[in-house]
Amino acid sequence: MNVLVDRITRLGGFVRLNIAGIGHATAMFITVIRRSIGLLKRFRLVSDQVFFLGNYSFVIIAVSGLFVGFVLGLQGYYTLNRYGSEQALGLLVALSLTRELGPVVTALLFAGRAGTSLTAEIGLMKAGEQLSAMEMMAVDPVARVIAPRFWAGVIAMPILAAIFSAVGIVGGYLVGVPLIGVDSGAFWSQMQGGVDVLKDVGNGVIKSVVFGIAVTFIALYQGYESKPTPEGVSLATTRTVVISSLAVLALDFLLTAVMFST
Amino acid sequence: MSFARGKLTAVMGGSGCGKTTVLRLLGGQVRANSGKVLFENEDVSLLNNEELMRVRRKMGMLFQFGALFTDMSVFENVAFPMREHTSLDEEAITDLVMLKLNAVGLRNARDLMPSQISGGMARRVAFARAVALDPPLIMYDEPFAGLDPIALGVTARLIKEMNNALEATSILVTHDVPETFGIADYVYFIANGKIAAEGTPTELMKSEDLFVRQFIDAQPDGPVPFHYPGKTLRDDFGIRGSAS
Amino acid sequence: MKKNSLDFWVGLFVVTGFVALLFLGLKAGNMSSFSFAKNYSVTAKFDNIGGLKPRAPVKSAGVVVGRVAAIQFDDKTYQATVTLHLEENFHFPKDSSAKILTSGLLGEQYIGLEAGGNDQMLAQGSKITQTQSAIVLESLISQFLYNKAADAGKEKD
Repeated sequence: MNVLVDRITRLGGFVRLNIAGIGHATAMFITVIRRSIGLLKRFRLVSDQVFFLGNYSFVIIAVSGLFVGFVLGLQGYYTLNRYGSEQALGLLVALSLTRELGPVVTALLFAGRAGTSLTAEIGLMKAGEQLSAMEMMAVDPVARVIAPRFWAGVIAMPILAAIFSAVGIVGGYLVGVPLIGVDSGAFWSQMQGGVDVLKDVGNGVIKSVVFGIAVTFIALYQGYESKPTPEGVSLATTRTVVISSLAVLALDFLLTAVMFST
Repeated sequence: MSFARGKLTAVMGGSGCGKTTVLRLLGGQVRANSGKVLFENEDVSLLNNEELMRVRRKMGMLFQFGALFTDMSVFENVAFPMREHTSLDEEAITDLVMLKLNAVGLRNARDLMPSQISGGMARRVAFARAVALDPPLIMYDEPFAGLDPIALGVTARLIKEMNNALEATSILVTHDVPETFGIADYVYFIANGKIAAEGTPTELMKSEDLFVRQFIDAQPDGPVPFHYPGKTLRDDFGIRGSAS
Repeated sequence: MKKNSLDFWVGLFVVTGFVALLFLGLKAGNMSSFSFAKNYSVTAKFDNIGGLKPRAPVKSAGVVVGRVAAIQFDDKTYQATVTLHLEENFHFPKDSSAKILTSGLLGEQYIGLEAGGNDQMLAQGSKITQTQSAIVLESLISQFLYNKAADAGKEKD
């Protein structure tokens, strides 16, 4: 009996701790937004970070997009062919990419590549007392270090997702038309007829912005709150990947339900 | 505790006694639970963020291992406070940075990255950065920790000279007795959350206080115990009866 | 200084993103069929619009001449009021008729516009009076079955 009570107490404590954690994270989020006003005058800080987050991720995103496009082309063809609808391959590839795969896969890759590097960087800065030193020099580390990286992530994500989708469509085309022999005209015209710029491409962009906000903030928060030890930083990077990935998938479900319900 | 203007005051004590916390209280990184922390007659613990920023501009702090920004060069590190708080043009900043680096003897290392310089050099760069804006209050967190004898002498001399040159108030948190006693005007000893002793170095050298004597003479056991508190030796080994 | 070269690469990155978005919009999407040409609005009332949606095309002789802008319900006549945006350079006589047609057998529905013979043309705010509602499949089937049953009944007599 005591074991049961003990377990429930611990569960309650665990839940309470996590809810408090979410509250703390929300407060931090609002702080980052509020302290971002000064960045309008010092935009270089943001653009430098866009380089580290965006340009450095470009290759992995583009290559992944190409291969996902290849696979979509192949798998799509095999399935559509059974119903005699292989002409719709272009439409299938484009819709899959712009609506779902582009934003989601890009977000997951971004969390792994850029998210972990952000967490490690901030965590190590904290461990080396760099953030403390900045505070003592009357420079707010949230405004100077965290906020530029946050906005850089929010800017870089939709760009990367668009590149992923575009390269993926090209990949699907390369597999579908020259390789398999689907009619080129049908490929593009069916796609153009079925992909709505506002509904499909636009919603995909909105999704990638939301994912950018989530992944970047989670990465920065984990780094900022990490324990200043090697184990602490390592744990924080793992948590970044896990929490970001789950958040992206959960948000994707929510957004899809809202956006694509007719 | 009070730190006189223009003087070099040292705060000493064993590891973990709370010396660094004194600096954090002064800088507003930690709020006091009770009592007051007055800087120029303003209670630091009651200030909000903006006011704190204003007050911190008058303080320079040297962190224990330098805390240099690893993604910037030596030059950029020292230039950082100038860029953030002044609107000087690039030429003026370059001249000022060179002056500060020259004072610590690292003018020619200005383009190196923190990962390329030794720990002692890193601390000197951090020193130059701490005094970049000529603050009236300079705080040093364990500036002598882990330095070789040459570097020790250099650092002690720099701290004293900077204090005199800027007519600043310097607070030194350390446990290095010989170097500190050589340059400090006043010393506080902290133990068990209280001021254990205070006075000028000469007074303390003659002190009869047990704690001061253990510290200065580096005795292994005394008011600061050698053994971690807990069971006695006899209980742990199960020794019964009396030993003769 | 390092700063200038970083700016260049960041700029290139952002431009690449825009190009990708443009590609998605124009080549993959239907943005090229957006008509930014000026248009004028006319309304038409239908008993049943079937599956007609806003942004559906308005075609005449099979060519897209406009878009459905809005669909509203008129609770005085219990009919649907459809607002059409027609491109400015296409003029239709006042007695033109609007039918709701289906592209293909089971495709999306659009408005087919057939020109009448009147001298006066439709203008901003005009109403199209000749309309034909969408063919609802269920009504067709039930009508077919009813007719079949009626024929069978007649034969018996």
